[in-house]
Amino acid sequence: MISIQKLNKSYQRFKALEDINCEWNAGQVVSLIGPNGSGKTTLIKCILGLVHPETGNILLNGKSILDNYDYRSAIGYMPQIGRFPDHLKVNELFRLLIELREEYHNKLDYELYKAYHIDSIAHKTMRSLSGGTRQKVSAALAFLFSPSIYILDEPTAGLDPISSEILKDKISLEHRNGKFILLTSHILSDLEDLTTDVLYLQEGKIKFQLAVEQIRTNTGENKLSRAIAKMLLENLYISQSSLQ
Amino acid sequence: MLKLSKNILLDIIKNKVVIGLTLFLFLVSWSLFSLEENSSKATLSLMNIIIIVIPLISMIFTTTHYYNSYEYIELLLAQPLSRSRLIIAEFIGIATALCLSILFGMGLPMLLYSTEWLGGYIIFITSALSVSCVSIALLISVWTREKSKGIGVVLMVWFYLSLIYDGLILSIIFSFSDYPLEKLTLLLSALNPIDLSRISIMLKMDVSALLGYTGALYKDFFGSYQGTLYTLITMLCWILVPLYFSIKIFNKKDM
Repeated sequence: MISIQKLNKSYQRFKALEDINCEWNAGQVVSLIGPNGSGKTTLIKCILGLVHPETGNILLNGKSILDNYDYRSAIGYMPQIGRFPDHLKVNELFRLLIELREEYHNKLDYELYKAYHIDSIAHKTMRSLSGGTRQKVSAALAFLFSPSIYILDEPTAGLDPISSEILKDKISLEHRNGKFILLTSHILSDLEDLTTDVLYLQEGKIKFQLAVEQIRTNTGENKLSRAIAKMLLENLYISQSSLQ
Repeated sequence: MLKLSKNILLDIIKNKVVIGLTLFLFLVSWSLFSLEENSSKATLSLMNIIIIVIPLISMIFTTTHYYNSYEYIELLLAQPLSRSRLIIAEFIGIATALCLSILFGMGLPMLLYSTEWLGGYIIFITSALSVSCVSIALLISVWTREKSKGIGVVLMVWFYLSLIYDGLILSIIFSFSDYPLEKLTLLLSALNPIDLSRISIMLKMDVSALLGYTGALYKDFFGSYQGTLYTLITMLCWILVPLYFSIKIFNKKDM
């Protein structure tokens, strides 16, 4: 579905992404993890066409996304911090995006919209909403067009426990519907049950890219966050021993 | 694209800055016309104020609007929408808002106090000047990364266009006063949209006699059919060329 080939991106001298190669298919839930500044958001922005890679290519269903924009009709994106024009009302924002994507969508998915009771805040301006409520609006927007690809940047950060559970249920439902989901999260345990694959980025490079099952069998740990920590420590151990 | 422009325009109209600008223009024009008996004198004073204030406000407004809607632009760029369309929509939205503000702020008092068609010409040229300043400021905003830097550059460009440029031309005229420079100054005036608007307005009024021999030559040129065409085409260039480069840079920009 999505194939990333030899992707490189640097900002002046800083290498944000270095030789990224990935192959993702429908039905996968990929968790993109890594320390702050490891290139997670840059990678997401490359896929969304917000950042132009220097070399390499990104293919979506076999077609390059570079210098193209139609492909974004297949993507629902929830940014890390949903910021919107101050004066825009919630219903106006929904109307605007529905108008913009008119020619691409056929059926709208109001499930999150209803679950989050967005109707009750429809006449409020975006400025007057709290950070968590804005995240809810952002989530409802990402799921509204029932795209085949979801890109969710820290989706549960800032959400209260109930809303967070609603979102997780929705993600797992979409996963069962055979959609592809790309997640980033600092708190792994939060999204542990949903993940099928883990991509670990460090300093712009892929440290490892494995299926969750494989990580579990490799490390013998059941809890994913522990397993990943263990893998990283072992990697560290390997690199130290190769130095000696 | 029009839906998007309409949304940006509605958002700007709700913004108090544009309403403030309209009120300001209205107050200035209205008080000048009611204080001054002679309406063409009032028009001249109005032009002198407008030609400095409009470019400044247009440029600052464009830059702040662009940076304030940065997240909004990011949100829209994640939608199936081409970047060129987005930046053109932003341009049309801002330019329309400012033109409406000029039309109502200056147009109403002019309708009340002066019956000359000159008023319409001034509103037209001021709007064109404002749009070209929006275009220049958009180019600067797209090109610079930070808001403070963007506003700094915009202020410098405004300062250059409205003050320094005139000084440079004057010093050229003084140091080469032995040579016939009329054609050169004619050309130089085209390189600055503010000067061009000022000259083209002044020559539509009967004050060109004050400008001496150069004024006569200007009158001869700008007063003619070709002169008006030349003004229009040059103003159009000042709108389209920066816009073209804004689109080019914006298409390659990392958000």
